[in-house]
Amino acid sequence: MSETRKIALTVNGARYEETVPVRVTLADFIRHQLGLTGTHLGCEHGVCGACTILLDGRSARSCLMLAVQADGHDILTVEGIAPDAETLHPLQEAFRDNHGLQCGFCTPGILTTLIEFLRDNPDPTEEEVRIGISGNLCRCTGYQNIVIAALDAAKRLRAEDGQRKTEVG
Amino acid sequence: MKPPPFSYHDPRNVADAVGLLGRLENAKLLAGGQSLMPMLNMRYVLPDHIIDLNRIEGLSYIRERDGALDIGAMTRQRDIEFSDVVRRRCPLMHEAIRQIGHRQTRNRGTLGGSLCHLDPAAELVSLANVLDAKVTASGKNGERRIDFSAFPVAYMTPALEPDEILTGATFPCWPAGHGYAFVEFSRRHGDFAIVSAAVLIEEDRNGKVTRASVTLGGMGPAPVRANDVERALIGETIEERRLREICEMLRKLEAIEDIHAPASYRQQLATVLPRRALLKAHERIAERAQA
Repeated sequence: MSETRKIALTVNGARYEETVPVRVTLADFIRHQLGLTGTHLGCEHGVCGACTILLDGRSARSCLMLAVQADGHDILTVEGIAPDAETLHPLQEAFRDNHGLQCGFCTPGILTTLIEFLRDNPDPTEEEVRIGISGNLCRCTGYQNIVIAALDAAKRLRAEDGQRKTEVG
Repeated sequence: MKPPPFSYHDPRNVADAVGLLGRLENAKLLAGGQSLMPMLNMRYVLPDHIIDLNRIEGLSYIRERDGALDIGAMTRQRDIEFSDVVRRRCPLMHEAIRQIGHRQTRNRGTLGGSLCHLDPAAELVSLANVLDAKVTASGKNGERRIDFSAFPVAYMTPALEPDEILTGATFPCWPAGHGYAFVEFSRRHGDFAIVSAAVLIEEDRNGKVTRASVTLGGMGPAPVRANDVERALIGETIEERRLREICEMLRKLEAIEDIHAPASYRQQLATVLPRRALLKAHERIAERAQA
């Protein structure tokens, strides 16, 4: 029998109380136990970035954390990015419009990485975007359209932010 | 589910962690997990116990004290990267940190984890070497300070007793106006360096070097301090042709050979990277003098 623990955490705004084997990674917990299969597993040793999630707003590789370590924390996965089931997040729209994905396997990790990146750096240069996503491997696109989509998303988010400020003002 | 079975412990203070470490057989400490977790996933390590340090209060801090920076072992690399006091007092540390892995790994990776893992090409390991850092270890008999030069005892093996935990490190800061650079060569952004060079210099009013600290990472089982080069630099004016001569003596350093590069390749880098770093450090002094 594997040792287990009870944990309580928030994932995409929903509260979960679960019992987990202590050796289970956060990535496997999110996929198998919570059924949120948008978080992908490529290498499972911290190289490919496909399993990137946000832990308390900071990007992290969920294959390099134990599920027990997420006890008491707030997690955002790719399923939690869009505002609702009908609407895409501006970042997702930019990826669709700029063909920023082909097979889509790396996309969840790239989107979560860029959520944090664009929050910290709303007006990045192309070079900064390339460094920002350097921890995410994509084997299809050659990154060109991902970079274009990220820069376009930055523009859309800035416009949205400006609009919100105008409305409030 | 990939890690092998283990018992999990998450002590809330250092004393409890030390107690567990002394009592449990075949236990591993888990800090940021950016090296241990891959090793667990790939089953390179099979510990019976994991002692998670992430719930211990008070091991994450950056403090300026007596011309040095005290940094807690569980301080995330990201917090060092974005620290104003680090950027102001130890710009070399800021430059080195940005070359560690990626944002996702720096968000989790810790100072203490990297220093104890002791990968010979790790940026923080070279940084501790070039700055003559001291680390603090806590064990059942209390705390002791260890000079970082004596910390690596063998390949990836720190000078810690079996029941000791590294709790922090002190990095002496150089005076304002010094030159610095951390330069590394790797095949891809964020990879471990094949070879890295960390340098610090001070110059007098006439541009002559009065103090130098030069460390090479990735050459052998631990970072190497280039004492001969440091001595040769004193009294010199930094310029490319003379640096080529001085740095040529680094070609005779012993170097490891692995799938990434043969020894001769590392020895070539050992002559090139310190030169580039010293030129950059010198330019930074010159730029500041003009500003």
